[in-house]
Amino acid sequence: MEALLFLETVEQGLIYGIVVLGVYLSFRVLNYADLSVDGTLPLGAAVAASMIVAGYNPWIATLVATLAGGIGGLFTGYLHTKFRIDPLLTGILTMTGLYSVNLQVMGKANIPLLGYEVVFASPFGLRGEVFTLGLLLLIVSILVISIYKFLGTEIGVALRATGNNQRMITCLGVNTDNMKLLGLVISNAMVSLSGALICQYQGFADVGLGIGTIVGGLASLIIGEMLFSKDSIFRDLVSMVLGSIIFRLIIALVLWLGLPPAYLKLMTAFIVIICLTAPDIKAGVKFIKKRGNSYAENS
Amino acid sequence: MLKIVNLTKIFNPGTINEKKALDNINLHLKEGDLVTIIGSNGAGKSTLMNAISGAIAVDKGKIYIDNIDVTSQPEYRRGKFIGRVFQDPMTGTAAEMTVEENLVLALKRGQKRTLRKSIKNPERVLFREQLKLLGLNLENDLRQKVGLLSGGQRQALTLLMATITKPKLLLLDEHIAALDPQIANLVMELTKQIVKTNRLTALMITHDLHQALAVGNRTIMMHKGRMLFELKGEERKRATVETLLGLFRKQREAEGRSFCFLA
Repeated sequence: MEALLFLETVEQGLIYGIVVLGVYLSFRVLNYADLSVDGTLPLGAAVAASMIVAGYNPWIATLVATLAGGIGGLFTGYLHTKFRIDPLLTGILTMTGLYSVNLQVMGKANIPLLGYEVVFASPFGLRGEVFTLGLLLLIVSILVISIYKFLGTEIGVALRATGNNQRMITCLGVNTDNMKLLGLVISNAMVSLSGALICQYQGFADVGLGIGTIVGGLASLIIGEMLFSKDSIFRDLVSMVLGSIIFRLIIALVLWLGLPPAYLKLMTAFIVIICLTAPDIKAGVKFIKKRGNSYAENS
Repeated sequence: MLKIVNLTKIFNPGTINEKKALDNINLHLKEGDLVTIIGSNGAGKSTLMNAISGAIAVDKGKIYIDNIDVTSQPEYRRGKFIGRVFQDPMTGTAAEMTVEENLVLALKRGQKRTLRKSIKNPERVLFREQLKLLGLNLENDLRQKVGLLSGGQRQALTLLMATITKPKLLLLDEHIAALDPQIANLVMELTKQIVKTNRLTALMITHDLHQALAVGNRTIMMHKGRMLFELKGEERKRATVETLLGLFRKQREAEGRSFCFLA
């Protein structure tokens, strides 16, 4: 029983790991606090579920869902680059608008997928769990390697420079608006891909799926960075996936220990707050200790 | 090469804070010119550079580079043929990225950026060779983050990045003012050497009057958004720091009491 729970949690961590990779691209690489992921995650689920129910091949549905997320990211980026709206607000606008779009796409608040063919249905007669885990590992690995390779290309380094020193890269002849658009499209496309996989994994799409995506994504990102990151982009990317898995394990653990599910979002918010303040607290303790020492030396 | 015609820029027009930062500036640079610009704070030196590079839009006048009107081109488009070094060493480099990544960003100036791998061995060979000329031991570790370098090292790297593609125009905005004297001298020597060997056309802002005469072939004094005077040729060769101060004083007297009162 516990072993199965553990396996399922790891699988969830892998699927949400794609969200964290997307959040890493916008928040870390591009330095753009993009909140639209709260809208593009359920958008992916809505598009994929609707298409699957309508009889489309689940892979095609997943692909279209991914593209839909890209369009969402394009919209967010357009608001910022064209009309100079603050990044934080552009994300909130997209996220809010997408709620209606998602309802429209789904036609109702919840679409069950039980009995429909999904990408996790094993064609080889392997046991379900093994195939699912293998497939997810494959998808996530492909994404990690692709992003790593992309960030090393001529466009990729220009994208990173846009997030690091916009003035410099403008002087070097790069249109930073285009770079931001590109980054946000890729980021949100990945988040929607994750949404498409989530609904197929859990067997339904729900319009409320996206609530707290960004906070969960950030929590995973910070956990990943604190525990595994080290001066290398490839390692950063792997850290994001590991951070996501650990975050899901923490949640599963507290639920297993008896925390009422209604408190989950509160707990997620607390994890982010603790992670964000932990370095300060640590530095503060060190400072106090040091000061104490120097007083001792002086007296 | 660079031609500036009747360039005017007014900040906060119509308000009590209205300021004519550039007042009908005319300037013509020939290929290979290295022009030093001096002037007190608020004279409009940096505004002039920002106008040329496209970082700010001007109100009136035209800017031509190689007979092409660039007045309304966005900054990134002009970045394809203008190299810049700023006063702050942090401005010209990306701290979170490595030395070789910074250099490859500069190497692709003016070219289409593609999905090809950005850094391969030929680039590394070129970077090592160029970095060696700086004499700051940067060639030994291409993969260290630029944020770990000293201000002088970063500024020398910025200079290399600004010139590695031989831009049509090089803008130096007090680029050694924030460095300690020893490394400032080194960066200045490198600047002269790079400008000379690549036959670059350059504008250099400086607060050091001695340097303004020692470097380049023309010197311009700006004041209150206007060009007060220019020294070149024989006149410049004979000029000393005292000559500059004398010319400046004469101008201030001509402007009347109100200004003397302020001074």
